[in-house]
Amino acid sequence: MQYQFQFNSVLAESGFIMQGILLTIYLSIGSIILGSIIAILFSALRANGPRWVGGLVDVYVELLRNTPFLVQLFIIFFGLPSIGIRLTADQAALLAMTLNLAAYSTEIIRAGVDSIHRSQIEAGLSLAMTKRQIFQHVIIVPAIAKVWPALSSQFVLMLLASSICSFISVQELSGVTAIIEQRTFRSFESYIVATLLYLVLALTLKVGLLGLGRLIFPRVSGLSRVQVKGEAA
Amino acid sequence: MIESFGWPEFMFLVRATGWTLVLTVVAFLFGSIVGGAFAIMRLAQSRILRNVASVYILVIQSVPVLMVLFLSYYGLSLAGFDIPPLIAASLSLGIYVSAYLAEIWRGSIEAVPFQQWEASSSLAMTRGQQYRYVILPQALRISVPPTVGFLVQLVKNTSIVSVVGFVDLARAGQLINNATFQPFQVFGSVAVIYFLICFPLSRLSKHLEKVLHVGRTH
Amino acid sequence: MSAVHIENVHKSFGKLEVLKGVSLTVEAGQVVAIIGRSGSGKSTLLRCINGLETIQSGRIEVVGHTVTYTDEKLRALRKDVGIVFQSYNLFPHLTVGQNIMLAPRITKGVPKEEARAQAEKVLAQVGLSEKFDVYPDNLSGGQQQRVAIARSLAMQPKVMLFDEVTSALDPELTGEVLLVMEELARGGMTMLLVTHEMNFARSVADFTVFMHQGKVWEMGPSEELFSHPKTPELAAFVKSTLK
Ligand SMILES: Nc1ncnc2c1ncn2[C@@H]1O[C@H](COP(=O)(O)OP(=O)(O)OP(=O)(O)O)[C@@H](O)[C@H]1O
Ligand SMILES: [Mg+2]
Repeated sequence: MQYQFQFNSVLAESGFIMQGILLTIYLSIGSIILGSIIAILFSALRANGPRWVGGLVDVYVELLRNTPFLVQLFIIFFGLPSIGIRLTADQAALLAMTLNLAAYSTEIIRAGVDSIHRSQIEAGLSLAMTKRQIFQHVIIVPAIAKVWPALSSQFVLMLLASSICSFISVQELSGVTAIIEQRTFRSFESYIVATLLYLVLALTLKVGLLGLGRLIFPRVSGLSRVQVKGEAA
Repeated sequence: MIESFGWPEFMFLVRATGWTLVLTVVAFLFGSIVGGAFAIMRLAQSRILRNVASVYILVIQSVPVLMVLFLSYYGLSLAGFDIPPLIAASLSLGIYVSAYLAEIWRGSIEAVPFQQWEASSSLAMTRGQQYRYVILPQALRISVPPTVGFLVQLVKNTSIVSVVGFVDLARAGQLINNATFQPFQVFGSVAVIYFLICFPLSRLSKHLEKVLHVGRTH
Repeated sequence: MSAVHIENVHKSFGKLEVLKGVSLTVEAGQVVAIIGRSGSGKSTLLRCINGLETIQSGRIEVVGHTVTYTDEKLRALRKDVGIVFQSYNLFPHLTVGQNIMLAPRITKGVPKEEARAQAEKVLAQVGLSEKFDVYPDNLSGGQQQRVAIARSLAMQPKVMLFDEVTSALDPELTGEVLLVMEELARGGMTMLLVTHEMNFARSVADFTVFMHQGKVWEMGPSEELFSHPKTPELAAFVKSTLK
């Protein structure tokens, strides 16, 4: 049996594919920004807040890291309306991705914070800084610089995991691919195209984050990095 | 007819959990074989082999598991295989597993001090013998914590196999929710079950890391 | 025929030339010490002899093998040449007995019983008979190094190379290792040893080679070399080690 590849009908949908790509980018970048902000707040709470708040952060992190992203997405998309919170599929996707990424990033940043030498904190204390000021001015930037590679791979993994949002009919790249597949009956070709596009997106993001790291942390880029592995969402 | 989430529904979830676990194990076994081969290739003396393995690992790790799943599923059926969902799902997930395990195991092999290579080659061992008797036994020990850690990722990633027609825990939850419209109870239960599988594994991985690390330094 | 014959060997790491035309001959049964400052190329020379380092030019012959960089040839050579490293490099996942029996069994096809008998013999030779079933982690540095020597001996090598085998040891543990080596020397083993133990070189080695800047700067019978250095570099080196 010889299969004839036919990409024409798939490529004819390039405008639609482009819409999907844009939504994928929007969701990814949105969740990276929002998730990082939350992660930094959580890290600060964990470092300086009351013990029980730190405990809550830990529980949050463990809950999200030990359940599938898909189930988190279902709870948000199907569950929230039952308590009166209505979200569009796109909003649910962004929320789920943000919360998920926040958990992983908190864990990664924690490793960075832990790696900051005690003498740095003592130096801050002896300069009469408050714990909050020390966290803000002495700890957090070098901590993030140290775990930047791990954070970057986590961000890339989030981009890849955004494909799971097609399960709730979000029309990001895999969502539009599923539709194109049905229109064209060219399943294999559709997914080959989508896969290649994801590959390009992921590698671009990877390189971009590497460059961004050099840009924001120019002086620390030579520092020894804390080894933390990214994990699939 | 709208049912509510009761005992029969819960038992359905439990049975689906069994399938999730079966799928995890089969995908892991398949992925180990392929991944092991790629780990060794990645460290081979031949540059071509090394590059082939690197590209394979990079590509699989840079595309969504969902795409790997779709591509291998449609690829297999285009090649004329009519395979049951369990096998389709395991093979596809196995490909994803192989790339990650290859990378984890390559790291473990490289973590064995190079002096062990020197000492064993000085004792006239072939490369195969060095791997078999000296390097791999030590790498195995180093690889246990990250491998267990990866199992957690795998369990979570099995949740998307409904796209190849497999009814796993997440899919079972969806089916029940479609009948009961009690999303919080249903997906909450599903989440709890996943958590009960994943959390102990995460802990175990961390624990092993500590134990084995201490074991190596004294 | 000499046991080790090194002829005009040049060896570079990238741009750094470490061995600049080294020639040296060791006859069967001789014990030769190699001394010199850090970085003079002593370890590199030793590692070239069993093919752990690749040379750019020159020729090395060891007990009938010409050092040639094919797996086959290197293995044949290494069956006849033992090497002991500064950092012992025992296999941590194997017991002392397994460490010793492994290579003879898998590379020479020695039957199990015979390998065991041989292992017991070499272990007795280094005075550690009672440690057969112990893991390396549970031994002192000195004991580990003696096991490493035993592991090499079990291959029944014709030449033994030692690279600063006592340098990683606490001073009180060096004696037991040197004693083992002294007995080996007395038993007629051909030995090349890089060492910082000048007294040992002087009293045990038949000849001593002084390496300086990647060359054999001076060599001769040990006693004479130490008491009457001919070059100012050696004189300075000997003086500095007496402090
Ligand atoms: N693998 C290598 N790559 C690059 N340079 C090397 C390598 N091994 C050794 N060198 C360099 O070669 C030179 C000689 O090293 P070698 O280890 O032979 O010296 P040595 O005489 O044994 O010194 P020491 O007494 O400190 O052991 C040194 O400058 C060293 O830095
Ligand atoms: Mg040296």
